[in-house]
Amino acid sequence: MAQTEWPTFDPARFIEALAGRHHSGLLDLRYERHGTDWVELSIPYAAHLVGDPESGVLASGPILAMMDMATSMAIWVKGGRFRPQATLDLRVDYLRPAAPGNRVIGHGECYRVTRSVGFVRGQAHDGDPDDPVAHVVGTFMFMDSMA
Amino acid sequence: MSIALPPYALSLGLSVDRLEDGAPVLLMPFAPPVVGRPGFVHGGALGGLLEMAAFSALRARFSGDDHPRLKPINVSVEYMRGARERETRAVGIVTRLGNRIANLEAIAWQDDRARPVATAWMNVLIDRD
Repeated sequence: MAQTEWPTFDPARFIEALAGRHHSGLLDLRYERHGTDWVELSIPYAAHLVGDPESGVLASGPILAMMDMATSMAIWVKGGRFRPQATLDLRVDYLRPAAPGNRVIGHGECYRVTRSVGFVRGQAHDGDPDDPVAHVVGTFMFMDSMA
Repeated sequence: MSIALPPYALSLGLSVDRLEDGAPVLLMPFAPPVVGRPGFVHGGALGGLLEMAAFSALRARFSGDDHPRLKPINVSVEYMRGARERETRAVGIVTRLGNRIANLEAIAWQDDRARPVATAWMNVLIDRD
Protein backbone atom coordinates (compact mmCIF):
# COMPACT_ATOMS: atom_id res chain seq x y z
CA MET A 1 0.00 0.00 0.00
CA ALA A 2 1.39 3.39 -0.99
CA GLN A 3 2.06 5.73 1.90
CA THR A 4 -0.12 8.82 1.87
CA GLU A 5 1.76 12.08 2.36
CA TRP A 6 -0.06 13.88 5.15
CA PRO A 7 0.33 17.63 5.65
CA THR A 8 2.54 19.15 8.32
CA PHE A 9 0.81 18.85 11.69
CA ASP A 10 -0.22 22.03 13.49
CA PRO A 11 -1.69 21.13 16.92
CA ALA A 12 -3.29 24.55 17.51
CA ARG A 13 -5.13 24.44 14.18
CA PHE A 14 -6.10 20.80 14.73
CA ILE A 15 -7.86 21.67 18.02
CA GLU A 16 -9.31 24.85 16.51
CA ALA A 17 -10.89 22.78 13.73
CA LEU A 18 -12.58 20.56 16.34
CA ALA A 19 -13.76 23.48 18.50
CA GLY A 20 -17.31 23.13 19.71
CA ARG A 21 -17.86 19.89 17.81
CA HIS A 22 -18.18 16.23 18.69
CA HIS A 23 -16.48 14.80 21.77
CA SER A 24 -13.95 17.65 21.84
CA GLY A 25 -16.88 20.07 21.93
CA LEU A 26 -18.46 18.24 24.88
CA LEU A 27 -15.17 18.64 26.78
CA ASP A 28 -14.54 22.20 25.46
CA LEU A 29 -11.03 20.92 24.73
CA ARG A 30 -8.45 23.69 24.28
CA TYR A 31 -4.93 23.95 22.91
CA GLU A 32 -2.36 25.36 25.35
CA ARG A 33 1.14 24.86 23.86
CA HIS A 34 3.47 22.29 22.38
CA GLY A 35 7.14 21.37 21.95
CA THR A 36 9.08 19.04 19.67
CA ASP A 37 7.59 15.87 21.18
CA TRP A 38 4.81 17.08 23.50
CA VAL A 39 1.42 18.78 23.42
CA GLU A 40 -0.52 20.48 26.20
CA LEU A 41 -4.31 20.70 26.12
CA SER A 42 -6.82 21.78 28.75
CA ILE A 43 -10.46 21.41 29.73
CA PRO A 44 -12.26 24.09 31.76
CA TYR A 45 -14.21 22.99 34.81
CA ALA A 46 -17.82 22.30 33.80
CA ALA A 47 -20.87 21.11 35.75
CA HIS A 48 -21.90 18.73 32.96
CA LEU A 49 -18.60 16.81 33.28
CA VAL A 50 -18.96 16.13 37.01
CA GLY A 51 -18.69 12.49 38.12
CA ASP A 52 -19.62 12.92 41.78
CA PRO A 53 -22.41 15.50 42.36
CA GLU A 54 -21.80 15.47 46.13
CA SER A 55 -18.23 16.70 45.87
CA GLY A 56 -18.46 18.41 42.47
CA VAL A 57 -15.30 16.57 41.34
CA LEU A 58 -14.90 16.07 37.59
CA ALA A 59 -15.41 12.54 36.30
CA SER A 60 -12.27 10.66 35.35
CA GLY A 61 -13.54 10.11 31.79
CA PRO A 62 -12.90 13.68 30.56
CA ILE A 63 -9.32 13.49 31.87
CA LEU A 64 -8.80 10.14 30.12
CA ALA A 65 -10.20 11.62 26.89
CA MET A 66 -7.98 14.71 27.09
CA MET A 67 -4.88 12.59 27.74
CA ASP A 68 -5.79 10.32 24.83
CA MET A 69 -5.84 13.42 22.61
CA ALA A 70 -2.73 15.10 24.06
CA THR A 71 -0.60 11.94 23.81
CA SER A 72 -1.98 11.12 20.35
CA MET A 73 -1.10 14.61 19.10
CA ALA A 74 2.37 14.37 20.69
CA ILE A 75 3.13 11.55 18.23
CA TRP A 76 2.15 13.80 15.31
CA VAL A 77 4.25 16.77 16.47
CA LYS A 78 7.23 14.45 17.03
CA GLY A 79 6.85 13.02 13.51
CA GLY A 80 6.04 16.45 12.06
CA ARG A 81 3.00 15.05 10.26
CA PHE A 82 -0.47 13.75 10.87
CA ARG A 83 -0.77 9.96 10.45
CA PRO A 84 -3.87 7.84 10.97
CA GLN A 85 -3.41 5.92 14.20
CA ALA A 86 -5.52 4.05 16.73
CA THR A 87 -5.16 3.84 20.50
CA LEU A 88 -4.03 0.32 21.47
CA ASP A 89 -4.11 0.87 25.20
CA LEU A 90 -4.19 3.70 27.69
CA ARG A 91 -3.49 3.35 31.41
CA VAL A 92 -4.37 6.17 33.80
CA ASP A 93 -3.40 6.50 37.47
CA TYR A 94 -5.71 8.94 39.25
CA LEU A 95 -3.31 10.46 41.80
CA ARG A 96 -5.86 12.75 43.45
CA PRO A 97 -9.18 14.41 42.54
CA ALA A 98 -8.94 17.62 40.52
CA ALA A 99 -10.15 20.58 42.61
CA PRO A 100 -13.73 21.58 41.69
CA GLY A 101 -13.67 24.85 39.76
CA ASN A 102 -10.15 24.39 38.40
CA ARG A 103 -9.38 23.77 34.76
CA VAL A 104 -7.30 20.66 34.11
CA ILE A 105 -4.20 20.78 31.92
CA GLY A 106 -2.97 17.63 30.19
CA HIS A 107 0.66 17.24 29.07
CA GLY A 108 1.19 14.40 26.59
CA GLU A 109 4.64 13.28 25.44
CA CYS A 110 5.77 10.81 22.78
CA TYR A 111 9.02 9.20 23.88
CA ARG A 112 9.45 6.52 21.22
CA VAL A 113 8.20 5.80 17.72
CA THR A 114 8.80 2.53 15.88
CA ARG A 115 7.61 1.51 12.41
CA SER A 116 4.21 0.43 13.75
CA VAL A 117 3.80 1.82 17.25
CA GLY A 118 4.03 5.15 19.10
CA PHE A 119 4.80 5.01 22.84
CA VAL A 120 3.46 7.84 24.98
CA ARG A 121 3.25 9.07 28.56
CA GLY A 122 1.87 12.14 30.25
CA GLN A 123 0.54 13.91 33.29
CA ALA A 124 -2.46 16.07 34.08
CA HIS A 125 -2.56 18.84 36.71
CA ASP A 126 -5.01 21.50 37.89
CA GLY A 127 -2.64 24.40 38.38
CA ASP A 128 0.64 23.08 39.74
CA PRO A 129 2.55 20.72 37.41
CA ASP A 130 4.49 19.43 40.46
CA ASP A 131 1.24 18.25 42.07
CA PRO A 132 -0.36 16.20 39.26
CA VAL A 133 -3.87 14.75 39.35
CA ALA A 134 -3.18 11.93 36.89
CA HIS A 135 -0.36 10.01 35.25
CA VAL A 136 -0.81 8.12 31.99
CA VAL A 137 1.05 5.70 29.75
CA GLY A 138 -0.16 4.32 26.45
CA THR A 139 0.53 3.03 22.97
CA PHE A 140 -0.86 3.88 19.54
CA MET A 141 -0.70 1.77 16.38
CA PHE A 142 -0.15 3.42 12.99
CA MET A 143 -2.89 2.49 10.56
CA ASP A 144 -0.87 3.44 7.45
CA SER A 145 1.90 0.93 8.18
CA MET A 146 -0.48 -2.04 8.02
CA ALA A 147 0.22 -4.46 5.22
CA MET B 1 -34.27 -0.28 41.23
CA SER B 2 -33.13 3.18 40.29
CA ILE B 3 -29.60 3.84 39.21
CA ALA B 4 -28.47 7.45 39.43
CA LEU B 5 -26.06 8.37 36.68
CA PRO B 6 -23.85 11.44 37.26
CA PRO B 7 -23.92 14.54 35.00
CA TYR B 8 -20.93 13.30 32.96
CA ALA B 9 -22.73 10.02 32.13
CA LEU B 10 -25.84 11.94 31.08
CA SER B 11 -23.67 14.22 28.92
CA LEU B 12 -22.48 11.09 27.07
CA GLY B 13 -26.15 10.20 26.57
CA LEU B 14 -25.89 7.06 28.75
CA SER B 15 -28.96 5.21 29.95
CA VAL B 16 -29.53 1.87 31.67
CA ASP B 17 -30.54 -0.71 29.08
CA ARG B 18 -31.14 -3.62 31.45
CA LEU B 19 -29.64 -5.39 34.45
CA GLU B 20 -27.29 -8.31 34.11
CA ASP B 21 -26.41 -10.19 37.32
CA GLY B 22 -27.38 -7.02 39.17
CA ALA B 23 -25.06 -4.85 37.09
CA PRO B 24 -26.54 -2.23 34.75
CA VAL B 25 -25.85 -2.62 31.05
CA LEU B 26 -25.24 0.96 29.91
CA LEU B 27 -26.33 2.11 26.46
CA MET B 28 -24.48 4.92 24.66
CA PRO B 29 -26.15 6.20 21.48
CA PHE B 30 -24.03 7.34 18.54
CA ALA B 31 -24.51 11.13 18.76
CA PRO B 32 -22.32 14.25 18.35
CA PRO B 33 -21.03 14.31 21.98
CA VAL B 34 -19.29 10.92 21.57
CA VAL B 35 -17.93 11.28 18.02
CA GLY B 36 -14.18 11.29 17.42
CA ARG B 37 -12.81 11.03 13.91
CA PRO B 38 -15.61 11.03 11.33
CA GLY B 39 -17.74 7.89 11.56
CA PHE B 40 -16.18 6.60 14.77
CA VAL B 41 -16.78 6.83 18.52
CA HIS B 42 -14.05 8.80 20.34
CA GLY B 43 -11.67 6.63 22.38
CA GLY B 44 -12.19 8.96 25.33
CA ALA B 45 -15.95 8.48 25.21
CA LEU B 46 -15.43 4.69 25.11
CA GLY B 47 -13.09 4.96 28.10
CA GLY B 48 -15.65 7.07 29.94
CA LEU B 49 -18.40 4.57 29.14
CA LEU B 50 -16.27 1.65 30.41
CA GLU B 51 -15.45 3.51 33.64
CA MET B 52 -19.14 4.32 34.19
CA ALA B 53 -20.11 0.68 33.56
CA ALA B 54 -17.48 -0.53 36.05
CA PHE B 55 -18.52 2.05 38.66
CA SER B 56 -22.22 1.26 38.21
CA ALA B 57 -21.57 -2.47 38.71
CA LEU B 58 -19.75 -1.68 41.95
CA ARG B 59 -22.34 0.87 43.12
CA ALA B 60 -25.07 -1.73 42.64
CA ARG B 61 -23.35 -3.93 45.26
CA PHE B 62 -24.08 -1.43 48.02
CA SER B 63 -27.54 -0.90 49.45
CA GLY B 64 -29.38 0.42 52.48
CA ASP B 65 -27.28 2.77 54.58
CA ASP B 66 -23.99 1.63 53.09
CA HIS B 67 -23.03 4.34 50.62
CA PRO B 68 -19.23 4.58 50.63
CA ARG B 69 -17.44 7.10 48.45
CA LEU B 70 -15.93 5.34 45.46
CA LYS B 71 -12.65 6.85 44.27
CA PRO B 72 -10.94 5.65 41.09
CA ILE B 73 -7.30 4.62 41.65
CA ASN B 74 -6.50 3.61 38.09
CA VAL B 75 -7.91 2.36 34.83
CA SER B 76 -6.38 0.55 31.88
CA VAL B 77 -8.31 0.56 28.62
CA GLU B 78 -7.60 -1.71 25.66
CA TYR B 79 -9.04 -0.75 22.29
CA MET B 80 -9.74 -3.74 20.02
CA ARG B 81 -11.55 -2.33 17.02
CA GLY B 82 -13.02 0.96 15.86
CA ALA B 83 -16.48 1.66 17.27
CA ARG B 84 -18.68 2.73 14.34
CA GLU B 85 -21.83 4.79 13.81
CA ARG B 86 -24.20 2.82 16.00
CA GLU B 87 -25.03 2.37 19.66
CA THR B 88 -22.50 0.90 22.08
CA ARG B 89 -23.27 -1.11 25.20
CA ALA B 90 -21.05 -1.77 28.21
CA VAL B 91 -21.30 -3.72 31.44
CA GLY B 92 -19.02 -3.94 34.46
CA ILE B 93 -17.96 -6.99 36.47
CA VAL B 94 -16.88 -6.86 40.11
CA THR B 95 -13.97 -9.31 40.09
CA ARG B 96 -13.19 -8.85 43.77
CA LEU B 97 -14.91 -6.76 46.42
CA GLY B 98 -12.74 -6.12 49.46
CA ASN B 99 -13.24 -3.77 52.40
CA ARG B 100 -11.09 -1.02 50.92
CA ILE B 101 -10.38 -2.01 47.31
CA ALA B 102 -12.60 -3.27 44.51
CA ASN B 103 -11.16 -4.87 41.38
CA LEU B 104 -13.39 -4.24 38.40
CA GLU B 105 -13.56 -5.12 34.73
CA ALA B 106 -15.73 -3.73 31.96
CA ILE B 107 -16.47 -4.69 28.39
CA ALA B 108 -17.97 -2.58 25.58
CA TRP B 109 -19.45 -3.93 22.37
CA GLN B 110 -21.67 -2.96 19.45
CA ASP B 111 -23.37 -5.64 17.32
CA ASP B 112 -21.67 -8.71 18.72
CA ARG B 113 -20.68 -9.08 22.34
CA ALA B 114 -18.10 -11.71 21.38
CA ARG B 115 -16.33 -8.97 19.38
CA PRO B 116 -15.73 -6.22 21.97
CA VAL B 117 -14.72 -2.75 20.79
CA ALA B 118 -12.88 -2.07 24.07
CA THR B 119 -12.31 -3.53 27.53
CA ALA B 120 -10.95 -2.10 30.77
CA TRP B 121 -9.87 -3.02 34.24
CA MET B 122 -10.05 -0.64 37.20
CA ASN B 123 -9.06 -0.47 40.85
CA VAL B 124 -11.38 1.60 43.01
CA LEU B 125 -10.88 2.77 46.60
CA ILE B 126 -13.89 2.22 48.87
CA ASP B 127 -13.84 5.15 51.29
CA ARG B 128 -16.06 4.90 54.39
CA ASP B 129 -14.36 7.71 56.39
